Amino acid sequence: MLEITDLTRAYGRGAAAHVALDQVNLSVARGELVSVVGPSGCGKSTLLRCVAGLIAPTAGQVVLRGTPVQRVPDGLAVVFQDYGRSLYPWLTVRDNVALPLRRTTRARAARRGAADASLAEVGLHGVGDRYPRQLSGGMQQRVAIARALAADPVLLLMDEPFGSVDAQTREDLEDLVLRVRQERDITILLVTHDIDESVYVGDRVVVLTPGPGHVRADLPVGLPTPRDQISTKEQPAFVRLRTEVSRLVRSRDVAAAVPPESGTRAGSEP
Amino acid sequence: MRWLWRCVVLVAGVGGWQLWASAAGSTFFPPPSTIVTRMHRLWFSGPAAHLFLTADATGNLLPSLGRVLAGLAIATAIGVPLGIALGRSPAVTGYLNPLLQFARALPVVTMAPVFIVLFKIGTEMEIATIVFGTVWPILLNTIDGAASVDPVQLETGLVFQLSAWQRLIRVIVPAALPKAFAGFRLSLSLSLILMVFAELVGSSDGIGYEMSNASNSFDMTFLWSTIVLLGILGYLLNALLGGAERLVLAWHTDKGQD
Repeated sequence: MLEITDLTRAYGRGAAAHVALDQVNLSVARGELVSVVGPSGCGKSTLLRCVAGLIAPTAGQVVLRGTPVQRVPDGLAVVFQDYGRSLYPWLTVRDNVALPLRRTTRARAARRGAADASLAEVGLHGVGDRYPRQLSGGMQQRVAIARALAADPVLLLMDEPFGSVDAQTREDLEDLVLRVRQERDITILLVTHDIDESVYVGDRVVVLTPGPGHVRADLPVGLPTPRDQISTKEQPAFVRLRTEVSRLVRSRDVAAAVPPESGTRAGSEP
Repeated sequence: MRWLWRCVVLVAGVGGWQLWASAAGSTFFPPPSTIVTRMHRLWFSGPAAHLFLTADATGNLLPSLGRVLAGLAIATAIGVPLGIALGRSPAVTGYLNPLLQFARALPVVTMAPVFIVLFKIGTEMEIATIVFGTVWPILLNTIDGAASVDPVQLETGLVFQLSAWQRLIRVIVPAALPKAFAGFRLSLSLSLILMVFAELVGSSDGIGYEMSNASNSFDMTFLWSTIVLLGILGYLLNALLGGAERLVLAWHTDKGQD
C-alpha cells in the first residue's frame, strides 16, 4: 500500500540546512494501522507532509499504491492536530464535512446526505447546522475525522490527532479510530508523541530518533483485538511493549551508542 | 435597561443644547428645535408619493448619497480583488509596497485639483476623489487579510484536493473577509468626508453644495441643518454596515453564534 524508501527531507541548503528526516524506510500494508512515535522535533510531521504530497522529499521517495507521490494523491485524507485551525470556522459542521466531496459529487443534496452519514459514523447527530466553534474540542476533532472519512479514503494520515483534548476524550477518540478501521477497508498512519496511544491503537509502532529523524525501531504490537482501554492496558504484553517504546523514545544515548540499523527490527538496511 | 439610559443621555444632551441655545439667543448657534423644523421644511415635507422627500432633497441628498455609494462600490471592486491577489503574492507586494505606501500617504485633498483637471467639475471628479481616498483602507486591509490566511487552512484545502478556484472562493476569501470589512468600515466614514469636500470644491448639487450656499448667504440654521443631516447619514450608513457585517461574518463574532 505505502512504501517509503530512503526518505530524506532537509530545510534550507548547504551547511545551514536542517535535516528533519534522514533516510527513513517504512512500508505499510493495506489495512494496517501503523503508529509513528518519537520525541518532539523528530520529523514526524515532516514525514506525514511528505506522504501527503504537501512537500517534496529532498531525496528518496514515497510510493502509494504503486505510484510515486508527487502531489497530493487521490484517496488520501488527513486529520490535523489542530482541529481549531483546520476546520473552517465560516462553514457549518455539515459544510465542512461536505467540502471534500465537491470534487466527486455534483448534487448538493447528495453531498449533504453523505456528510450527515459521515457525522453519524463518528457519533455526531444533529450538529450539522452548528459552527465548529460551538462544539467542544473533542467534538470538533470528531468533525475533522468525519470530514476525512467522507470522501472514503484508502489512506488516512493522522498528525497527533488527539494532542489537544483531555484524557477521557482522547480515549474515546482512540476507540473511535479503532472502530472505524474495523468497519472500513482503510489504512492508517498515525503520528503521536503519546507512547500508550501508539501501542494501544497500533498494529505496529515505528520509533523515530530525534532530529534528524530516522527509524530506530519497528515493533509489531500483536495485542489481541478488540482492544479495551482498561483490560488491554493491564496486560503484561502491553506494559512490556509500552516500556520498550518508552525506553527507545527517551534514551537519546542509544542513538549515539548504537546505530539505528542494529535496533530491534530496524527499518532500514545498512 | 442599558438602552433606556442611552436614550436618557441622548435626550439630556439634546435638551441641554436646546436650553443653552435658546438662552444664548446667538445667531450662530440656533437651538435644535429650529434646526429640526428647518430640516423638515427643507427636505422631509414632500408629497407622500416621494416618501415625503422634497424636490430639494431628491435634488441634493440623493446625488450625494449616490456618489458615496458609487465611490465605495468602485473602491471595493478595485480594492478587494487586487488585495486578495497581492495578499497571495508576497513577492509582488514586497516590490509594490513602497509605491502603495506613497500613494496612500498622499492627502486626497491635494489630488482634487488633479481630478478637476482630469474630469472637469462634476460627478466624475467627485466620485474619483471618493474612490482615491477610500480604496486604500480596503486594499491594504484585504492584502493583510489574504496574506495572513492560516497555513493549516490552506493545507487542508490542498489535502482535500480543492481546485485552485475553490481554495480561493471557499478558503482565502472568507478568511480575508473580516479584515476587508474592517477596511471598509474606515472607508465608509472617509467617503462621507470626501463627498462633502468634493462638493464644496465644485458642484452644482449635493449636500456639500448646499453647505457652501448656506455659508455664502450666512444662513446659519441652513448650515447647521446640513451638518446634522450628515451626522444622521453617517450614523445610518454605519448601522447598515454593522448589520451587514453581523450577517456575513456571523461565524466570526461571538454575538452572531446563536
